[in-house]
Amino acid sequence: MTDAEELRRRTRELLAEHPPADTDRLDFLGARFDAGLAWVHYPQGLGGLGAPRSLQAVVDAELEAAGAPDNDPRRIGIGLGMAAPTILKYGTDEQKQRFLRPLWTGEEVWCQLFSEPGAGSDLAALGTRAVREGEDWVVNGQKVWTSSAHVARWAILIARTAPDVPKHAGITYFVCDMTDPGVEVRPLRQITGEAEFNEVFLTDVRIPDSRRLGAVGDGWRVAQTTLMNERVSIGGMALPREGGMIGPIAKTWRERPELRTHELHQRLLKLWVEAEVSRLTAERLRQQLVAGQPGYEGSGMKLAFARLNQEISGLEVELRGEEGLVYDDWTMRRPELVDFTGRDAGYRYLRSKGNSIEGGTSEVLLNIVAERVLGLPAEPRTDKDVAWKDLAR
Amino acid sequence: MTDLLYSEEEEALRAAVRDLLADHCDAPGVIARTESDTPHDLAAWKALADGMGLAGLLVPEAQGGQGASAREVAVVLEELGRAVAPVPYLTSAVVATEALLASGDEELLGQLASGRTIGALAVGLHTAPDAVWKTVRLENGTLRGELTGIADAGVADVLLVPADDGGLYAVPAAAVTLTPQVSLDLTRPLATVRLDGVPGRRVGDAEPAVRRALRAGAGLLASEQLGVADWALTETVRYLKERKQFNRPVGGFQALKHRLAQLWLEVVNLRAAARAAADALASGEDTEIAVAVAQAYAAPVAVHAAEEALQLHGGLGMTWEHPIHLYLKRAKADSIAYGTAGAHREALAGLIDLQAP
Repeated sequence: MTDAEELRRRTRELLAEHPPADTDRLDFLGARFDAGLAWVHYPQGLGGLGAPRSLQAVVDAELEAAGAPDNDPRRIGIGLGMAAPTILKYGTDEQKQRFLRPLWTGEEVWCQLFSEPGAGSDLAALGTRAVREGEDWVVNGQKVWTSSAHVARWAILIARTAPDVPKHAGITYFVCDMTDPGVEVRPLRQITGEAEFNEVFLTDVRIPDSRRLGAVGDGWRVAQTTLMNERVSIGGMALPREGGMIGPIAKTWRERPELRTHELHQRLLKLWVEAEVSRLTAERLRQQLVAGQPGYEGSGMKLAFARLNQEISGLEVELRGEEGLVYDDWTMRRPELVDFTGRDAGYRYLRSKGNSIEGGTSEVLLNIVAERVLGLPAEPRTDKDVAWKDLAR
Repeated sequence: MTDLLYSEEEEALRAAVRDLLADHCDAPGVIARTESDTPHDLAAWKALADGMGLAGLLVPEAQGGQGASAREVAVVLEELGRAVAPVPYLTSAVVATEALLASGDEELLGQLASGRTIGALAVGLHTAPDAVWKTVRLENGTLRGELTGIADAGVADVLLVPADDGGLYAVPAAAVTLTPQVSLDLTRPLATVRLDGVPGRRVGDAEPAVRRALRAGAGLLASEQLGVADWALTETVRYLKERKQFNRPVGGFQALKHRLAQLWLEVVNLRAAARAAADALASGEDTEIAVAVAQAYAAPVAVHAAEEALQLHGGLGMTWEHPIHLYLKRAKADSIAYGTAGAHREALAGLIDLQAP
C-alpha cells in the first residue's frame, strides 16, 4: 500500500485539497504532516506511513514540482535530525503526539543541551545535576556550544541523576522547556566575530517527570540514538561537482587570472581532485543507503569534509594575496543559519576550523573508525568502573 | 547518473576471480616466480582467459567477446591487484584490446578476446593518455627502431607498434628482438622491443587507437590500485591485531590506529573514484574527467597504503620473503604507469577550466 505509486497518489491528493498557492504555509505543512507525507518512514499518525525511507524522494519531488513550501529543514536541523528520532524511539505516546508535529512543521525549534565546559569529547562525564523533587526534577548546571538556544522552544537535555555510579550509568535524558525562568541563554562569541552558539545556564530549572525520555539512568543509551542520527544526517540529494567549499575558490581562480601562481595552481588542482573524490564518496554512500546496503563510508565523511574545508578555504585566503589581509566584518551577530561556504574567504577559513571539532572531533572520529570499522583494540580505560563523583576533574 | 555500486553479478564475478587466484597465485609462488625464467603465470592466465572468458569482456559478442563493459573489467582488476597476479590482463585484455576496438581489426580482436593470443601495445608504460609516444620508422614497407618500457611484451604473441607514418602495425612477437628489462615491478615486467626491418600489418591510425587504449588503461588501472591498497590495508590491520609488543596488540596504540583510520578513508575514497572511472568508461560519459580524477587520486593512495603496510610490519616488511615488497613495487610502478598523478592533474586543468598562470 505504500509503494511509490501510492505515495504519488496521496501527494497529489494533498496538493488538490490544499493548493500551495492559496494555502497558508504552516497550514499546508500541518496538512502534509497529517497526511503522513512529512517523513514517510515514520509511523501512521506521526507524520508518516511506515513506508521505506528511500521513498521520501518520491514525495519530495512531487511537492517541489508543485511549488509547495518546505519546512526549511536547515533552520530546524537539530529537531529533525536529533530530537525527532530520539522521541520516536524512546518517547511515550503523549510525548510523540505533543512534540513531533510542531517540531516537523518548524513551529517549535529545538536545541541540544549536551556538551559542557568540562565534558566535550568525554560527554559521559557531564556534571549538570538533576535531582528529583516530587513529580519534578530540579536541574542545575551549565551547557555550551548550543546552536539555536536563543530561538529554541524545547531542548533535549542530558543530566546526571546518580553521581554515585560509574559515569555512563548515572545519566537521564529529558525534554527541557527553554522558556522556564531558570534557563538563561548567553551568546558565545566565536573567532569569526559572530555568536552562532550559546552558553546555557540552568538554575533550579523544573522539569516534570512526564518530560523524561527513557528510563532513569538510561540517558546515555538514549543519547546514542541522538548522536548516531547527528552523523547520518547526510541528505538524500546528490551534490553537484564543485558543490562545496571548492566552488568559491574555483570561481575566484577563473575570474581573477592576475592572482594565479604556479605553486597555488598545483595546490588547487590537488584539492579539486580531493573534493571531487570526496563528493563521489558521498554519492556512493547515498546510493548505498538508497539500495538498502548499510555502508561504513559515513563514518569517514565528516573527517574528509572538515579537512578539505579547512585546506581549501586556507588556500583561498592565500590566493587572494593583499585582499586576504582584510576581513569582511567582525560585528557580533547572532545568525539563525550557518552557511559554511557563505561570506568571504576569511570567514570561511575561520568557520571551517570548527568543522573538525563540532559533532565529534576528528581525533575521536578516527578512534571510532579504527575501533568500530577496522576492529582495532579500544583505548585502555581507567574510568569505566569508577563512580562519577570520584573521577579526576 | 553514475552508478558507483557493485551489482550482484559483479560481486559474483569478483568471488569467482578471487577463488581462482587463491588457487593459482599464492604469495610464496608469486615471489618464487619473479626470479625464474617465466615471471608471468601463464597457467593463471589460461584459467582466467580461456576458462572464464575474461579476456573478452570488453569485446562485443559478435566479435568473439563477452560483450561486458569496463565495470566488470574493473572488478577483475581489483582482484588481480589484490593478488599482484603476474598476468598480462591490463596490457592485453584492456589496453591492446581497446586499441584494436578503435582500429576495428576484427580478426585480431577475436584472437585477443579468446585469450589464446596475448597482445601488447608497444608504447612505454609510463605514457599518459595525452602525451606523445615514441614511434618506429617505416622504411620501404618494413619497421625499424627500438622501443623501451613495454609492459608484458615478454609474454606477448603480437605487438601493436606505432610507426612514424601515423599507422599502428600488428607485428608477430617472433619477428622482433625482445630483451627483458630489470623492472622495478617484479610482477609486471618490462621489455625492450627491437625491430630490424620487420614487416607489419597496418591495423589502423595510431592516434585515436593509442589515445583510447591509454585512457582506458589509466582509468581501469585505478581499480587495480584499489585492489593493491585494499590488500595492504586489510593485511596490515590483520597483522596489527595479532602482533604484540609492550604486552599489548600493537594495533591498540592510538598513533597507529589513527594512521590506519586515515588510510581506510583514503581507500574508501579511492573505491568511489575507481568506480566512477569504470562507469564513465562503460557509458562513454564524462570519461576524460573521471579518468583523470581517478588517476590523480589513485596513485598516491596505493603507494601510501603499501608504504604504511611496510612500515607497520616493522622488520618483517623489509624481507624478501614477505609479499609486501611486491605490492610496494607494483604501487610505485603504477604511480608512473599511464601517466603520473601530476600529469593527470595537469590534464584536468584544461578539462575543468582551472588554467595555469
